Amino acid sequence: MKLFRRFLDRKASLFEKGGRLHAIYFLWEAIDGFLYNQNTQTTGRVHVRDAVDLKRLMITVVWALVPAVIVGIYNTGFQANTVLVGLAEIPAGSWQRDVMLWMGINFDPTCIGTNLLHGMLYFLPLYILTLAVGGFWEVLFACVRKHEINEGFLVTSLLFPLILPPGMPLWQAAIGISFGIVIGKEVFGGVGMNIWNPALVGRAFLFFAYPAAISGDKVWVAVDTISQASPLAQAADASMGMTYSWMDSFLGLIPGSIGETSTLAILFGAVILIATGAASWRIMLSVFGAMGVTSLLFNLIGSATNPMFALGPQWHLVLGGFAFGAVFMATDPVSAAVTKPGQYLYGGLIGFLVVMIRVVNPAFPEGMMLAILFANTFSPIFDRLVIQSHMAKRKRRLGIGS
Amino acid sequence: MFEHYLSLFIRAIFLENMALAFFLGMCTFLAVSKRVDTAVGLGIAVVVVQSITMPVNNLILHYLLADGALAWAGLPNVDLTFLGLISYIGVIAAMVQILEMFLDRFVPKLYNSLGIFLPLITVNCAILGGSLLMVERDYNFGESVVFGIGSGVGFALAIVALAGIREKMRYGNVPKGLRGLGITFITVGLMAISFMLFSGIQL
Repeated sequence: MKLFRRFLDRKASLFEKGGRLHAIYFLWEAIDGFLYNQNTQTTGRVHVRDAVDLKRLMITVVWALVPAVIVGIYNTGFQANTVLVGLAEIPAGSWQRDVMLWMGINFDPTCIGTNLLHGMLYFLPLYILTLAVGGFWEVLFACVRKHEINEGFLVTSLLFPLILPPGMPLWQAAIGISFGIVIGKEVFGGVGMNIWNPALVGRAFLFFAYPAAISGDKVWVAVDTISQASPLAQAADASMGMTYSWMDSFLGLIPGSIGETSTLAILFGAVILIATGAASWRIMLSVFGAMGVTSLLFNLIGSATNPMFALGPQWHLVLGGFAFGAVFMATDPVSAAVTKPGQYLYGGLIGFLVVMIRVVNPAFPEGMMLAILFANTFSPIFDRLVIQSHMAKRKRRLGIGS
Repeated sequence: MFEHYLSLFIRAIFLENMALAFFLGMCTFLAVSKRVDTAVGLGIAVVVVQSITMPVNNLILHYLLADGALAWAGLPNVDLTFLGLISYIGVIAAMVQILEMFLDRFVPKLYNSLGIFLPLITVNCAILGGSLLMVERDYNFGESVVFGIGSGVGFALAIVALAGIREKMRYGNVPKGLRGLGITFITVGLMAISFMLFSGIQL
């Protein structure tokens, strides 16, 4: 590592002002910044001294995602292998399976290594592509607009593949992350300026532009000829019947988007995020709380025709993207509400809307993505309401007329 | 009955949001959303105008213009529906005029900040579009009251949310070429995506 450090230092003059490669200074700066400590000091009169900077905050989120990534990879392989082992003939048409066959590995769902390898073959291309395409846009905007690339990009590009179904066509994933980074973030001015969560904007774009690849029954298991309803769809349709136990859903052994299945791994991440203060526990608490209250209300109301009314909060928690969205997406410090009462309102709105959409909207079995985007739309208003009411309170206390 | 009205109300606010699902009234929507205070004022004005003009237009349609509506005056064979457009816009113009005089007299601050956009509500497509939708869907009087209030509230909600976002964006660093209307169009598009949440709800 020292050698590389010296190499970076030696080449620094090339990128600094007046150097030949100054046009791509921000690329150099980003590589330096990602690998080593930043060597800059804040100039200016007032600033908070804290060991936690943006870099460390974002890296904490990446670490918190690691359990979900590992279980997600395992589960992707496990689901595919479970289906394949029951088939008489392995269906052709997927290079992932060709690689497995070429290496002479059986599709054995009981073997952890096989599952991890098979899942890896699906996750890694998606992740590398997201990094490459997202990175391209980041570097382009950074160089043209002269702002820095920072670790927030690592978070977005790790979140994005985790909320896609495993068999997502790569070109669609590339378009999705391009839309998310460019329209969702860079046109608003880059990191810290976006109104909506960039990863979710990208996913929502794919969801409406290419619904066949991201919804329905065929996409949640990485064997494209197999129709396997997601557990949420099963819960919504009484005739299908629930084939997964609650424990399986909690541990993450159900079909779904890559990173969202394992509530246990996500809760590990939540503990890391809350312990380090990287994400707001108020938002998580209010999302979970509002979800619980709303689903219990629906349980009370009941319905003869719609089985979703009877789905208890413990199921809402483990199915679909609820836990993942509540822990990693809703708490995005940029697009969420900032004031404390505002955060309760914001989280409460998400929790309420998710259950609402899941129960009464037959068009979407899942509501987490759009519920968070909708709450993002209103988070500036929540903050404003809170600030205005504080101002009014102070004015009253001081006896100043409005 | 109550359930029917409630579902109509909710649909008018969220599913059939005038600004974000039908993209009606865009000029006002984009122009008066720079500050939240003004947006709230305009939102209230739209709610008031919408919830008065729509029932009035409904009465005009059913007792003056529709085929056979003049039977009470002894003219059962007269069909004046071709006068619909001009009557509705006349009602709307009169309503806005009254509202303008009211605001000028009692809320001059809001009157000044709304400026030219208050009279322009007259030609706001959300208002006329609402009346025409009401005719097309053959709403009765009660439904037209509910739909009028609902579509006004939906428009107000959308414009206040947009104004909140635009106030927040003032601290942002939007690329030069996109500042102003450009970024606002993109924002409205993304808002419309988030409002897609409700599309497909069966109430």
